[in-house]
Amino acid sequence: MNQSLIERVGAGKASLRSYATGFILAIILTGVSFAAVMSGAMSRSVTLFVIFAAAALQSLVHIHYFLHLDMSSESRWNVLALVFTVLVMAIFIGGSVWIMYHLHQRLM
Amino acid sequence: MADYASTVDLAHAEELEQEMVTNRVFGFWIYLMSDLCLFSAIFGTFVVLSHNYAGGPTGKQLFHLPYVLVETLLLLCSSATCGLAMVAMRNEKKNLVMLGLAVTFLLGLGFISMEIHEFSRMVLAGDGPGRSGFLSAFFTLVGTHGAHVSFGLLWMAVTIVQVGLKGLSAPVQSRLMRLSMFWHFLDIVWIGVFTTVYLRGVL
Repeated sequence: MNQSLIERVGAGKASLRSYATGFILAIILTGVSFAAVMSGAMSRSVTLFVIFAAAALQSLVHIHYFLHLDMSSESRWNVLALVFTVLVMAIFIGGSVWIMYHLHQRLM
Repeated sequence: MADYASTVDLAHAEELEQEMVTNRVFGFWIYLMSDLCLFSAIFGTFVVLSHNYAGGPTGKQLFHLPYVLVETLLLLCSSATCGLAMVAMRNEKKNLVMLGLAVTFLLGLGFISMEIHEFSRMVLAGDGPGRSGFLSAFFTLVGTHGAHVSFGLLWMAVTIVQVGLKGLSAPVQSRLMRLSMFWHFLDIVWIGVFTTVYLRGVL
């Protein structure tokens, strides 16, 4: 396989710079999450918000810097599949929690 | 004339090969997305059952955050070294690819050993998957992720041998790309696990 082939299928975007940037950002976000819980400095609801926001951000960092997904023509379908899967995830997790919470409320 | 024809053929063959690699990467991506659907079902189950302690231990009593932080860093570093192996592949450095994958393998092995140690400690203390709904969901979710990591390690060991025997041929490079996608994907799932299970559990 020659250079141009790897370039075009996405692995060509694998540069030292992108992995280093992604790694540093991921370390910072992981640190923020653990520090928020271990220090106990904030109220429970604020901490919950912080750790889930950091998790969402860190997922995006991994997708961008490690998996090199962007809106270029080669990876557009991959992005579309991901967006659809995120929708499925929202229905699975959000739907389960919503239904079970209300069931719990009504059975009290 | 004959020369011209063979150049066209070569260009055509290369284009076909490119398309094949792109299609395989896309096909593997679809598999990863279906795997993500599986994980979201297990995550949903865990969130629903996460307070069903049945008089058993809570997350706060069971989880030790510094231990989980070390696990997280091991997996994160392995994701980075896997990326370095991909950079080496791009630069056609065969030995560096093998070194990068070997370090990734050892970091992954460290992660899974810590997880097995945590599981066995819990089960021996009587807090196995049968103890409560919370623990059933915990072992299912974390165990499914751990099983994926274990199979990833097996795959990585086979790939290291393949790179050694066959060098960085076109099929081997194409397999390396999918292996790295799998490994990065597992690290993303782990972000969800340490946030939902451990951090939220201790809070």
